[in-house]
Amino acid sequence: MANKILVVLEQREGIIKRSGFEAASTASKLAKDLNTSADAVVVGDAISNINEISKYGLQKVIHLKNSELAYYSSSGYTEVITNLAKENSYDILILSNTALGKDLAPRLSIKLDAGCIVDCVKLNLSGSDLILTRPAYAGKALIDVKILSDKKVITLRPNVFKAQVDENSAAAELLVKEISGINLKSKVTSFKKSEGKIDVAEADIIVSGGRGMKGPENFHLIEELAESLGAAVGASRAVVDAGWRPHNEQVGQTGKTVSPTLYVACGISGAIQHLAGMSSSKYIVAVNKDKDAPIFSVADYGITGDLFEIIPALTNEIKKVKQS
Amino acid sequence: MKIVVCVSHVPDTASRIKVGSDGKTIDPAGVTYIINPYDEYAVEEALKTKEKLGTGEVVVVTLGSENSKETIRKALAMGVDSGVLLKDDKQRDSLGIAKALAEEIKAKDSQLVFMGKQSVDYDNSIVGQLTAELLNYNCVTVCVKLEISGEKITAEREIEGGREVVETSLPAVITCQKGLNEPRYASLKGIMAAKKKTIEEKSAASYTPTSEVVGMHLPAGKQPGRIVGSDSSAVPELVRLLKEEAKVI
Repeated sequence: MANKILVVLEQREGIIKRSGFEAASTASKLAKDLNTSADAVVVGDAISNINEISKYGLQKVIHLKNSELAYYSSSGYTEVITNLAKENSYDILILSNTALGKDLAPRLSIKLDAGCIVDCVKLNLSGSDLILTRPAYAGKALIDVKILSDKKVITLRPNVFKAQVDENSAAAELLVKEISGINLKSKVTSFKKSEGKIDVAEADIIVSGGRGMKGPENFHLIEELAESLGAAVGASRAVVDAGWRPHNEQVGQTGKTVSPTLYVACGISGAIQHLAGMSSSKYIVAVNKDKDAPIFSVADYGITGDLFEIIPALTNEIKKVKQS
Repeated sequence: MKIVVCVSHVPDTASRIKVGSDGKTIDPAGVTYIINPYDEYAVEEALKTKEKLGTGEVVVVTLGSENSKETIRKALAMGVDSGVLLKDDKQRDSLGIAKALAEEIKAKDSQLVFMGKQSVDYDNSIVGQLTAELLNYNCVTVCVKLEISGEKITAEREIEGGREVVETSLPAVITCQKGLNEPRYASLKGIMAAKKKTIEEKSAASYTPTSEVVGMHLPAGKQPGRIVGSDSSAVPELVRLLKEEAKVI
């Protein structure tokens, strides 16, 4: 069978991430269109939710088990997945465009002699050609790309493709393969959790502050609003460069490109490089006293006024609504 | 130790992007080009590493057209010793770039390579890993902290929700993220000195593309929405809209 697909699932602390379910669903749909089948692989120690992934239209779910691979190892993961892909002649590998997926996909592509395209937001079959659409220039443009080689490695942007249980397919067969003698030339020895509760890269709701916050001492207003919404805290480049907020909160072209369900921009005027990083958010709210600020050109809802009055009121109102 | 730092010449992040007449690349008219912002962290880390060792040489390598020399000069002005321009006027895919860089790194016999974690034009973020695999070097991506002692490398890389501490060894490619260091400004003396430094020019190693851009378009523009009000009295209405119309809270 040609075009056999392998999904590489990512686990963290033994739990397959949500983006893995999105990739599984997308792969099983693509497999149907290509008249082939899709399997998935997960590397790590015990995986607690492996049974759940079997309902997403895959044929087999292969668990490559080794306690030394509980954490990511670029050399180790590359080796074991390459071996699996070669033994079973997979032609298309699909990963999620996470820190791990971005790191691993290009390495696998070299080992498998495959073309590699990352951060896809759309897959389209045009005849027998697979056309991949991905953002460039931080989302200021979209490009359509065709991989010319037979073997392909692609990554999917999280939060874009739907994860859907496939009611019409039988549950995937689960296979556990103990592996040993792994190449650990590079390995993760520990993980330092960041202080912020939710990472902007993975958040469903983001509340961001900009220069209009006037100083780092006022960001507690942003944090409180974020907490009321269960949101991550984001920041504009100006406030990160001024040292008010850590760089891992920066949204925009030299920070993170995000597409949450709701993005609340407070005191952010909307420089082009910021808009590029967040304008694909599903809903955007802007609070800014300058009614001509470019942020209002992408906002669904706006309040033009003093954010020091509006944000606390918004926090209270949301708490009230959530309690009722 | 010879340290190679790879940089790219990209449109300023403040640029507006228009699709060019070929329908596949941007229209360069009116676009200012700069050194890729993440590559500045790479140049700084290369210089810091050399300074710490007290010996060695830093070479900046770029692939591109004659115009890319501007970006090489920028790195030279920051303190890099010499530059190499791998000439190719055509747009290459990531693997094409990596092959040319790997060839040059091999020729320079460099065991330590720095580059930005991604360039802000195509945002691929894979050239470092591809280059490392081609050379059979280790590679740490999205690096925000780095310590090299002898052959041993201890690095921290940014991932969702925190940092991974990675242990590996030379030879290696390190891709740099904002937060790794504070890039130095080029001094006037540095800018003057850069004019006298050599830039070696050669044609980039040839390759067969593995992917092809078939089209470029601009995302559907968002329609401006509605201004709910101009003070906190608008807040209840805003929350109602978020709850009942957008259904996001």
